[in-house]
Amino acid sequence: MQALKDGLLMNIFTRYILVPFLLATAGPFVLPASAQDIVVGEFASLTGSEATFGVNSSNGVELAKEEINNAGGLLGGRKIKIVMEDDQSKPGQPSAAVKKLVASDNAIAIVGEIASSRSLEAAPICQNAKIPMISPGSTNPSVTEKGDYIFRVCFIDPFQGTVMAKFALDNLHAKKIAILQDVKSDYSKGLAQFFKEYFTSHGGQIVTDLSYTGGGTDKDFRAQLTKIKTGQPDAIFIPGYYTEAGLIAKQARSLGIKVPLLGGDGWDSPKLTEIGGAALDGCYFSTHFSVQDKNPKVQDFVKKYQAKFHALPDGMAPLGYDAMMILGQAINTAGSTDGTKIRDALASVKDYPGVTGNITIDEKRNAKKAAVVLEVKGSKANFVASVPP
Amino acid sequence: MSSTEFIQQLINGLSLGAFYALIALGYTMVYGVLRFINFAHGDVFMIGAFSGYYLSPRVLPYFTGGLTPLGPVAVLILTMLICALLGIAIEKLAYRPLRSRPKLTVLITAIGVSLFLEYGGQFVFGADPKSFPELMPDRALEGTGALTITTTQVAAFVVTIILLVALTFIVKRTRLGMAMRALSNNPTAAALMGVNIDTVISFTFGLGSALAGAAGILFALSYPSIDPLMGLLPGIKAFVAAVLGGIGNIPGAAVGGLILGVVETFVGGSVFSTYRDAIAFSLLIVILLFRPAGIFGRTQVEKV
Repeated sequence: MQALKDGLLMNIFTRYILVPFLLATAGPFVLPASAQDIVVGEFASLTGSEATFGVNSSNGVELAKEEINNAGGLLGGRKIKIVMEDDQSKPGQPSAAVKKLVASDNAIAIVGEIASSRSLEAAPICQNAKIPMISPGSTNPSVTEKGDYIFRVCFIDPFQGTVMAKFALDNLHAKKIAILQDVKSDYSKGLAQFFKEYFTSHGGQIVTDLSYTGGGTDKDFRAQLTKIKTGQPDAIFIPGYYTEAGLIAKQARSLGIKVPLLGGDGWDSPKLTEIGGAALDGCYFSTHFSVQDKNPKVQDFVKKYQAKFHALPDGMAPLGYDAMMILGQAINTAGSTDGTKIRDALASVKDYPGVTGNITIDEKRNAKKAAVVLEVKGSKANFVASVPP
Repeated sequence: MSSTEFIQQLINGLSLGAFYALIALGYTMVYGVLRFINFAHGDVFMIGAFSGYYLSPRVLPYFTGGLTPLGPVAVLILTMLICALLGIAIEKLAYRPLRSRPKLTVLITAIGVSLFLEYGGQFVFGADPKSFPELMPDRALEGTGALTITTTQVAAFVVTIILLVALTFIVKRTRLGMAMRALSNNPTAAALMGVNIDTVISFTFGLGSALAGAAGILFALSYPSIDPLMGLLPGIKAFVAAVLGGIGNIPGAAVGGLILGVVETFVGGSVFSTYRDAIAFSLLIVILLFRPAGIFGRTQVEKV
C-alpha cells in the first residue's frame, strides 16, 4: 500500500511539477532568437506597487527600439530584440529575472530598473557576467558603485536631494521641515539624507524625522503625521513612491496639515493624483522632465509617445527612451555585441542630446544633467523651475 | 507629548484598531466553532474591497446624486452578501471534505486557499494598486477643536459597533446562535441533540466572511489604494488581535483589535517609527506571557 502511495506521489510529482518545470526552463532553447537579432534584456516593475514606473519606462524603451529598427537597425542592419521580465515591484524578483536574461536569453546588455533597491539587486549579477547594465531612473548613488559595467542615464540623489532642499529654502522660504521617509527603500533613505545635509548646513532646521514601511505594507500614516503636525513645520519632505505619497497627502490634509508636501521623482506617476486627489494641490516634486518643456526634442517625443500609447508620458518614459537610444549608439560605436566593448563605448558618451537633457556619462558612470521641479495642480504637474547640475 | 497629541493618537489608534477588530471577529468565530484557523480570511477581506471597487460605479447611479448615504450602504450590504457566499463556498469546497481529517490538513488547505485568492486576484484584477472610489466625502468634523476626526473614521467606527452588537445578538439570542454555542461546546453532543452541523458551520463562515467584506469596504474608504495582496498584513494583524483577546471569544477579538491599533499608532508616532511593527508585536508577546489564553480567554483544563 505504501509503495502504491509512493508511486502515486511520484506520478503526481512528474506530471504536475517536473514536466511543467522542464517545459518552462526549456522554453528559451525551443524558440531561439533569430541569429541576426541583437538581444537586449529588460527588467521592470510592470505590476505591483510601482507598476507605472515599469510600464512607462518600458514604453519609452519600446519607442526607442522601434525607431532604431525602423532606421535600419544596428551594426549594419541587425534588429534589436527586447526580452522583457516583470519583477512585480518585489524584492528577490530582479535577481531571478536578470539571471535568466543573462544565462538563458543571452542578452548582450540589460536595461532596468527605476527603483534603486531593485537595480542594486541586479547590478552585481551583470557586473560578474560582464554585461553592461543601464538603469533608466535609479537615482541612489550606490547603484553604479557596484561595478564598472553599471551605468545610468539619470541624475543621482545627492543632486536631487539638494535640488529640493534648495527649492524649499529659496522658493518656499521654509525654515522648518519635517521628513517622512520609507525605511524599505534605498532611494528614499538616500534622498532624505542628502536633503537633510544641504538644508541644515544652509540655516534650515529638521523638526521631525520619522519613517514608514513602503511597498504597499503601511497604509496608515496618521500616527506619524499627528506627531509631525505638533512640530509645526513649514513643509514636509516625503521622498517616497507615489502610492504612499498619495495616501500620505490624503491623511495629512484630513488631519488639518495645510503646508506643502515635497517629493522626488518617485512621485512622478499619473497614479499619484488618482490616489491623492485634491490633497496634493500645491505640492512640489523634482523629476527628470516636464511635458510642458518647449524644447523641440521634448515636444517631438511627447507627440510620438502620445501617438503610440494614447497617454501623456511621465518622467520615466523619456528615461527609458534615452537609456535605449544611448545603448543603441554605444553598440554602434563599439562595432560589436561584446560586453566589454559596449561598456567602453558607454563610458565615453559625451553631450548626448537626450529627451531628458544633454547627457554626459561621468567617471562614476552617472549622467550629469538638469532637474525640473513641478507643482501638482488638479491631475496635472506644472513646470516651476529647472535646476542645472 | 501634549494632551491634544495624546488624544489625537488615541483616536487614530482606535480607528485603525476598528478594522483589525472587524477582521478578528471572523477568525475568532470560526475558531470558536471549529477549533481551526481560517488563514484565507484576510483574502476574503481583500475580495470585499474589490467587490466594492467594481460594484460602486454600477450601484451608485441608481441612487440619485451618487453620494446620498443609501448608495454606499447598498454597496456595503451587497459586498457583505458576496463575501458571505464566498466564505460559504470556500468552506463547502475546501474545508468540509477534510473535516474528519487531522486539523493540520485543513490548516494547510486554508493557506492554499489564501494563496489561490491572492494570486487568482492578481490574475483577474491585475497586480497594480487601484484607487478606490470615494463613496462618501472624507472631511474633518467641525467643532472638535484642535482634534481631527474624519467622516470615514466615524463611519468605520459606527459600522463596527453596529456589526458587533448585531453579532452578539445573533450568537446570544437566536436559535442559530444557540446552535453555534452548542457546537462550540461539544460537537458530538450537539449533533446528537439534532443540531444540523453543516448548516451551522456554513452560517458561521458566512457571517465571519460578511464581516470581513464590510471591513474591506471600510478599510478601502480610509486607505483608497487597493491591491490583491492587501489582505495579507491586516489578516495577520487581526489574527494576532484575536489571539490577544482570547481566541474564540467575541468581545475579546474586538478589544484585541483596538489594543493592537492603539499600540501600533503610539509606536508609529514616536521616534521608534521605524520599528513600529516589531515593537507592537513584542508588546503583544509580553501580554501573552502573562495571560497565555489571551485577555478574555479562559485556560482550559484537558480532562483525560
